[in-house]
Amino acid sequence: MFHLILFLFFGAICVAGAVNLLVQSHPINSALSLIAVMASLAVEYLLLGAEFLNAVQVIVYAGAIMVLFVITIMLLNAGKEASSGGSRVAIVLGIPGALVGTLLIGWTLLFHSNTRAVPIGALKGDPRAIAQLLFHDFLLPFEITSVLILIAIMGAVVLTSRPAAVARGPRRDG
Amino acid sequence: MTLVSTIAHYLPALLAQAQAFQSPPLADYIRVLPELILTIFGMVIMLVDPLLDPESSHQSLGTIALVGALAALASTYWMAQYPGTAFTNMIRVEPFSVFFHVLIIAIAAVSILSSFEYLKVQRIRAGEYYGLILFGTVGMCLMSSAIELVLIFIALEISSISTYILAGFRRHNATSSESSLKYFLLGSFATAFFLYGVALIFGATGSTNLDAINQALNSGNASVPMLAYVATALMFVGLGFKVASAPFHVWTPDVYEGAPAPVVGLMSTGPKAAAFAVLLRVLFEARAPGYFWLLWVSAALSMTIGNVCALVQDNVKRLLAYSSIAHAGYLLVAFAAQPELGTSAAMFYTAAYAAMNVGAFAIVSHLAAADERYVTIEDYAGLGRKSPMLAATFTFFLMSLIGIPITGGFFAKFYVLSAALKSNLVGLSIILVLNSAVGAYYYLRIIVLMYMRDARGEVPVTRLSLTAALAISVCVVLTLFLGVVPGRVLDYAALSGAQLVRDTASPPVLEGSESMQP
Repeated sequence: MFHLILFLFFGAICVAGAVNLLVQSHPINSALSLIAVMASLAVEYLLLGAEFLNAVQVIVYAGAIMVLFVITIMLLNAGKEASSGGSRVAIVLGIPGALVGTLLIGWTLLFHSNTRAVPIGALKGDPRAIAQLLFHDFLLPFEITSVLILIAIMGAVVLTSRPAAVARGPRRDG
Repeated sequence: MTLVSTIAHYLPALLAQAQAFQSPPLADYIRVLPELILTIFGMVIMLVDPLLDPESSHQSLGTIALVGALAALASTYWMAQYPGTAFTNMIRVEPFSVFFHVLIIAIAAVSILSSFEYLKVQRIRAGEYYGLILFGTVGMCLMSSAIELVLIFIALEISSISTYILAGFRRHNATSSESSLKYFLLGSFATAFFLYGVALIFGATGSTNLDAINQALNSGNASVPMLAYVATALMFVGLGFKVASAPFHVWTPDVYEGAPAPVVGLMSTGPKAAAFAVLLRVLFEARAPGYFWLLWVSAALSMTIGNVCALVQDNVKRLLAYSSIAHAGYLLVAFAAQPELGTSAAMFYTAAYAAMNVGAFAIVSHLAAADERYVTIEDYAGLGRKSPMLAATFTFFLMSLIGIPITGGFFAKFYVLSAALKSNLVGLSIILVLNSAVGAYYYLRIIVLMYMRDARGEVPVTRLSLTAALAISVCVVLTLFLGVVPGRVLDYAALSGAQLVRDTASPPVLEGSESMQP
């Protein structure tokens, strides 16, 4: 019972943080909300019994990735965003659409999912189980992820390098 | 000392573990051989690139990429000798995946061929360009053979992210950066929908393996959980975006306009074919429920919006973008038909569409000249006199896009229509025929301009380079081949389709088929 209350409490923090992340106009506030989301997600993992995921979540997301975000914001010296006022389409169609979608999924999950719900703390999330999944059952996706990361690195190189060497050729006027 | 003793203490246990580890059998590696070859060649390109002079490396890097693609194409023959699943049920090699492997790698090879001249004219860095094409092809190939949603998701990301980057390769051009960013933001949003769908289907069935999902949903007489319907809809949103079907098509014209022309040729066919393959697997192998009306509405909307908007375009790339939305609609008609008939029609259509569209974009990229200055329809006026061969070839591709006999486009449309009619999709068939008539107008408009308008003097037409000529001729030959002797390809598609949908004991009850047609 106590675990359930904790679970609901941190779930609420997670959702509130995510909403706040979108609403805030200053990037550093958004980044701080994201930390709240990450941290409360880590607690949720722990409550479900996935202690390894909890540790990874804290170290990788709340630690490494968030530090990177905050440093980027600091380096860019990003200030308050200028409000563009938002488009009317987004307000007329987007918000009701999102609301209907949320209600539909929520309603389905609450009343129409005849699935075996896992009780809190019943997941087997120890390193051995994760390793078995990652390096045996899901070996191919795990390996293929390296191609994905390679592409991401190439993309960063291509899109951030100056279009110098080639574009500034001798016959620029063509 | 302590370190050594610690190692000595744990070593026997570690070795025992290592011996207990079962490495995948060799046949598993042969089943991903095309992907392995493409990855290796992609890395070779990355390693060789810095060693070459950037001003003259286009030729050699392009040749390496082409050799890699052709080697991968050849290796599909070997892969096809080893049907079955590999890597603990992650992928399955069967005629279906072999068909899409050949198609996708061929698209990549022809796109590489048509890029030789383009990269030189546009002064684009070649190393990353060819590398990304090869790596992207790895993702697309895996999408067609994966039977596990987690792997499908990663492969989808590989193919999408490489195309996002490729779209932004015209660095000194603002529309290209806009195209890349727009594609990236909207694409990530769509992928999130797909991922949410995967999560919900896992919640509904307890598995992400397509066969296990099929068993969970369709065996016994337990009713299909409501969650599975929501999951199907969400996955369709994600895949619908990737294939540019309405109402998820809004990005298409802007992205196609800004992206480099050979890349548009690639991304309007390769990732699309792969996404259609995934859609076929999710709908007909996993038998996700409740897709009929989704497909019906999306097909009707795509055909109508695509063709009507294409009527008023002045930019050839935008026009072909809307035309590709319309063609996605025609393809979805086949999806809405009965699986046994629709699957092979859809597969044939992706092949025919790839042949003609890659060819059309190869011509567009040749005529565009430096900085893609000549891409409006007006620029094509008088092409018939300036360069009769090029105009004739472009006319041929446009005829195929209309669907005129002796071209691949005709049989593609014919099989889709017959599959739809045999499944009693009368309403959808009428919409298809009406839309084809509308579509003929804007393709014919270009043909009329090319032959019956005076040439505008200032549009130069350079000589076609050997590689571009080769790329275009390959497309012509394939379009003609599919239009004159479609039998063999169609037989193979029918065989693969039959195998894909065979697993189910009883034919599925399509909600709203037959009697509920408007």
